Amino acid sequence: MDRPRRPLQLIRSARAVGAKALRGSTGFRHGVHPPDSKRLTERVPIRRMPFPGEIVLPLRQHAGKPAIPMVKSGDRVERGDKIAAADGFVSAPVHASATGVVSGVGLAPHPDGSFSPAIRIAVERFSPQIPRPRLVPRWEGLTPQEVVLAVQEAGVVGLGGAAFPTHVKLRPPPDAKVELLVVNGAECEPYLTTDHRTMVEHPDRVWFGVRIMLHCLGAGRAVIGVERNKPDAISALEAARPSDLDARVMPLTVKYPQGAEKMLIRAITGREVPSGKLPVNVGVVVQNAGSIATIAEVFQTGLPLVERIVTVTGPGVRRPSNLVVPVGTKLRDVLEFCGGLADDATEILFGGPMMGLPQSDLDVPILKGTTGVVALTRAETNRGTVYPCIHCGHCLDACPVFLDPQRLAALAQAGNYEEMEALHLADCMLCGSCSYVCPSNIPLSQMFALGKAAVRRVSPTRAA
Amino acid sequence: MSDREFELAASPHLKAGVSTARIMWSVVGSLVPVVAASAWFFGYPALLVILSATLGAVATERAFGPRGSLRDGSAAITGLLLGLALPAGLPLWMAFVGGAFGIGFGKAIFGGLGQNVFNPALLGRAFLQAAFPVALTTWPAVGGGWTATRGATFAVPFTGGATADAVTAATPLGLWKFEGEATPLGALAIGQTGGSLGETASILILLGGAYLAWKRYLDWRIPVAVFGSVALLSAILSAIDPARYPGPLFMLFSGGLMLGAVYMATDPVTSPVTHAGAWIFGLGIGVLVVVIRSWGGLPEGVMYAILLMNALVPFIDRATRPRVFGTGRGAEAT
Repeated sequence: MDRPRRPLQLIRSARAVGAKALRGSTGFRHGVHPPDSKRLTERVPIRRMPFPGEIVLPLRQHAGKPAIPMVKSGDRVERGDKIAAADGFVSAPVHASATGVVSGVGLAPHPDGSFSPAIRIAVERFSPQIPRPRLVPRWEGLTPQEVVLAVQEAGVVGLGGAAFPTHVKLRPPPDAKVELLVVNGAECEPYLTTDHRTMVEHPDRVWFGVRIMLHCLGAGRAVIGVERNKPDAISALEAARPSDLDARVMPLTVKYPQGAEKMLIRAITGREVPSGKLPVNVGVVVQNAGSIATIAEVFQTGLPLVERIVTVTGPGVRRPSNLVVPVGTKLRDVLEFCGGLADDATEILFGGPMMGLPQSDLDVPILKGTTGVVALTRAETNRGTVYPCIHCGHCLDACPVFLDPQRLAALAQAGNYEEMEALHLADCMLCGSCSYVCPSNIPLSQMFALGKAAVRRVSPTRAA
Repeated sequence: MSDREFELAASPHLKAGVSTARIMWSVVGSLVPVVAASAWFFGYPALLVILSATLGAVATERAFGPRGSLRDGSAAITGLLLGLALPAGLPLWMAFVGGAFGIGFGKAIFGGLGQNVFNPALLGRAFLQAAFPVALTTWPAVGGGWTATRGATFAVPFTGGATADAVTAATPLGLWKFEGEATPLGALAIGQTGGSLGETASILILLGGAYLAWKRYLDWRIPVAVFGSVALLSAILSAIDPARYPGPLFMLFSGGLMLGAVYMATDPVTSPVTHAGAWIFGLGIGVLVVVIRSWGGLPEGVMYAILLMNALVPFIDRATRPRVFGTGRGAEAT
């Protein structure tokens, strides 16, 4: 019975060759190609911005429970002091990002559009802002548990946007075996260059962070994935690669959303993270390049996470820059330092233009998870007329997780959320690729965000 | 820095440049050479037929469609395509009625653009075929110059005088079916034959389709699947009995196959959204065309083939929905 099976086997082997070729080009299927617009800041060295007059530190800057304040109005705090404690394991403490006096603990505008509990600090004028020495212990000789604890105490969270507490990632479930650490240097969002500049200027920090994470995870191997539009970052990382680590730098296809965890793992390992599961289920932990450099930095300097690198860019900003900004600095101060807004700026985003959050209030603070500030003008934000769906199928070709967005949109309009769930609404990452390509300008990903919220209202336990 | 008001909108904040209106008007633009060719072959009555079909479609869209829906260009396409699928000598009022029926009962009644099941231009033509079978199968001959009369172009509605004195010619498919006579391939490709206005200029239709496919305004899989299945099936049939079944090239270049496969079957609204679905849809049309042409009572079957497959689109879409990332085969591989 060998002969009749041959055509099937041929198809299978052809498919395997195809898959291998795809892996060779290190990409994923589908996705979109928005103009990357990184030229504005990709060669601008990171500069430090002066301390502002006031700092606003929201207690909710990370995924998980908000921190609990430890200070009250009138208290004097020094840069690096812990001012709010983590509430449980999936939470993170908040540290004073400047020396000064607590001027209030109360509601303040938050980048998500709400008013949220925050600690305000009136920054001391003429303070040298020198922190107390060694608030974070040295790394040498610490056990993995002690490293995880130190990372937690330093308030380190993912700096790629979602702000997931890093120490949680460093302690995978006991039954999971992590064999590969993937460092996300894709930075596929247009305009943003924070990870790019970090990799170019501080490749040693990235590698030091890799060493610490491998130590904690017990993983043997690391791969840094970088999109091919950052050749200088690739060569800087290659040059600084420590010879004693089993690690490599992998150039990736330039495509959005290459930096989405599941797409990145698909591009680097060829594996698909099963629907509803975490990367650790396929033996992988992903950490963003900027975050891994921050882990290294807190151990090197002994200072907790009190500042971050932010790209301030877009046609609406007069002097696009890559800045080191104290966490809690107000948007107004950052923009002012960059020469202010152009007259035709119409929209200000925290994060990149594909997934970023629009801001209405210039008093919102930069958070730990704020990757960039992008100011767009009418030319970029013009959304055009909305037409009926003509079923052109462009959204199906764009969706990186192979959903059927046009069908989901029809269901969303009918309010049929159960059917949306059955069609894997939970797998949608809200990357916006479908909305980007839709010729009828239908706000698809917005519909899916609302659909997810509706599903959560009906059944809060389901992870849509 | 002075505060001002900023826009608040859901992400993504960037848009690719193509819009639905742009796609539709590009389709209209790509049909201009085909319209010009039909005027070249069939004189001024051809232009008038296309114009009145378009007028019927556009007027009905204006009357029953949502406000401003003329701007998306889809009604104009329906009218143009219907006009191109009619014989040159058709009384103008019939062309107008066909356009009006196509939009009214083929589109507006379903809720407008994007909601219809059947291609509105073909539905309009099917209606005309049923209502005025003689007028719809009276094919004026090519030639005779710009000003020659092609039939009862200016007939008063409902007077019955659908056929006037004009030089008529059978279509290549009709010649084959009823007389057993073959038309030279060169004449077929250029359009030097009897037939509907736009059916004849095969090469111009292919060029227009290639442009649209290159711009990704139409799914190339559908015409390729139609041509492929028609060619394969007719090659097999003509190998069996060359006297009874014409060869693949004749099948491809005769009748409404080019116009149908390139411009009508690819209407995104009435064709599948998935790639696998597009292949199945095209294949189905091709098979039906060969079946109807070879064994049906009519010489031509493109219109019914597409309309039949239109009805299956929702099922094809459901059956070919893509595997979600991290499920099925993809998840097993890990």
